[in-house]
Amino acid sequence: MDKLVIEARGLRKAYGHKVAVADLTLEVPKGEVFGFLGPNGAGKSTAVKMLLGLVKPDGGTATVLGNPPGHTVTMARIGFLPEHFRFHEWLSAYELLDVYGRLYGMSVASRRKRIPQALDLVGLSEQSRRPISGFSKGMLQRIGLAQALLNQPELVFLDEPTSALDPFGRMLVRSVIRDLKAQGTTVFLNSHLLGEVEATCDRVSFIREGVVLRTISLHSLATGEVQVELRVDTVTPALLAALDDMVINWRFLDVELPGSHPQLMPLTVSEQSTATAVASAAITAIELTVAREDMIPRVAERVVESGARLYALTPHKASLEELFLEIVGMEDSGQ
Amino acid sequence: MNNVVTLTWLTFHEARRRRMVLAALVLGVAFVLLYVTGFLFIVSQATDISGVNGGTAEEIGFQFLTMAGLYVVHFLTIMLAIFASVDTISGEITSHTIQAIATKPVRRWEIVLGKWIGYSIMLVPYLVFLSCGIIFSVYFISGYLAPNIPQVIGLIALQSLALLSLSLLGGTRFSTLTNGVVLFMLYGLAFIGSWIEQIGGLLNARAAVNMGIVTSLLMPVEALWRMSANLLAPASNMLYGVGKAPAILFGAGSVPSNAMVVYTVVYTVVVLGLAMRHFSKRDL
Repeated sequence: MDKLVIEARGLRKAYGHKVAVADLTLEVPKGEVFGFLGPNGAGKSTAVKMLLGLVKPDGGTATVLGNPPGHTVTMARIGFLPEHFRFHEWLSAYELLDVYGRLYGMSVASRRKRIPQALDLVGLSEQSRRPISGFSKGMLQRIGLAQALLNQPELVFLDEPTSALDPFGRMLVRSVIRDLKAQGTTVFLNSHLLGEVEATCDRVSFIREGVVLRTISLHSLATGEVQVELRVDTVTPALLAALDDMVINWRFLDVELPGSHPQLMPLTVSEQSTATAVASAAITAIELTVAREDMIPRVAERVVESGARLYALTPHKASLEELFLEIVGMEDSGQ
Repeated sequence: MNNVVTLTWLTFHEARRRRMVLAALVLGVAFVLLYVTGFLFIVSQATDISGVNGGTAEEIGFQFLTMAGLYVVHFLTIMLAIFASVDTISGEITSHTIQAIATKPVRRWEIVLGKWIGYSIMLVPYLVFLSCGIIFSVYFISGYLAPNIPQVIGLIALQSLALLSLSLLGGTRFSTLTNGVVLFMLYGLAFIGSWIEQIGGLLNARAAVNMGIVTSLLMPVEALWRMSANLLAPASNMLYGVGKAPAILFGAGSVPSNAMVVYTVVYTVVVLGLAMRHFSKRDL
């Protein structure tokens, strides 16, 4: 594995009797865009705060860029957009970035060069002299993003970075994340918006009650198993035989067998005899699972070769949302 | 140290931009003008008094008025120290503003020290401005110059800095409201304790004096004011029975020793250190 930028082992934090983070173990390698997903109250923000040294863990260990969380040397190489983006409102946007630039230890020349770049990046160049007190929530989030990127950090924590942004702002954040990745910057993205995570992250951890339930690569999600809904005039034994070596599993969508739910009757290829037995009952729709998306054209070819008339072939790739519900649990999804 | 300078700048300019400095200055000037106007009226009548009682009665009157003016200055500075700083840490924690600062390469104690220096830079010149306004108005109108001016201003400044440290310590532990209540209760305790100590001193009631000393140790502000009042009423005036009256009225009936100055300096530093320590350890 590449050099680890974040390494946490058994982090724990409780507030009185309420356990915010129970046992957090995760690793984030350099240059990765890492997504952190979980329902409200799952401990995501507390975990981020522990990694930034804002909150002291009750147990466990963590290193960030090779140092304990909150180490001043480390913090000079980190950018952070807080979930609650509140800043000194009596300052103008430029003055705010100038103060933060000074705290980052940036020279006057460096600040003069970098501040206009950061403001331009988030689309606030024309508002640079306006007091922040007059900013909308979206503008505040943009200036928050600008201050997080001011020091050209090696690691950026973005805690719900688009919660107050309009679609243009969301596109901007996606673009910024892609640019950061291209520059080799590690991004730790804490977001509720699954589409945003899916579009930008390399890997994602699902967290609930302060425990990482599962970590998956979104690249494997993109290239993994695909479900295909197949509609033909009639499903024949010849069709099933033609597809046999390509299909991981299948189920009939419009047949009722005794004792089974009509829409949920998974059959495996090994049960082909059963399938063949019912194939004469005017079945017209099957859901197939194939190993990869690029196998779908071959499925179409085999259907036609078998003599069946193809009406529809609809792929259903498992979305991150479906995975989220499956891993984190339906009962938490609406919170 | 650069971080402390930046945070000091941030604190001072926050007070300036939020017009706290302007409001305090405008009201301070209004107070000095009111004082001068009242003093002019009194002086025009005091000429008649001096004809009866001679120079001493007149000097006692000027001394009394100077002490009254400086008592108000002392009170205003203390109120400014409390109101300016009571929300600065707890408020930024509640609003989460502190998160953007604390995640920069800044040590937590630098944040507290920067705020302390920032408010000190506001408080001390304000105190000097108002005190000099009172003292030199009296001098230019009447020719009476209060004694021990640097020491008196220094003692009042020390009071406001001690309260500032205490306010910052409270801010690291309590909500803004609780911090304000605690500060005012402590100040009230010290105020009453001071009077108990003075009256106990006049009546030779040792237990009452000790009780006052304990409250002074908890909050040394009023004890330092009594020292200031004593410095404003020189020993020579004490020879006259009536000369002691202003000093007693404004709290110099029982005067703490110089050890109280040392204690307050240590108190200010230790309380500020505790504020820095607690802020460094707490969750944000």
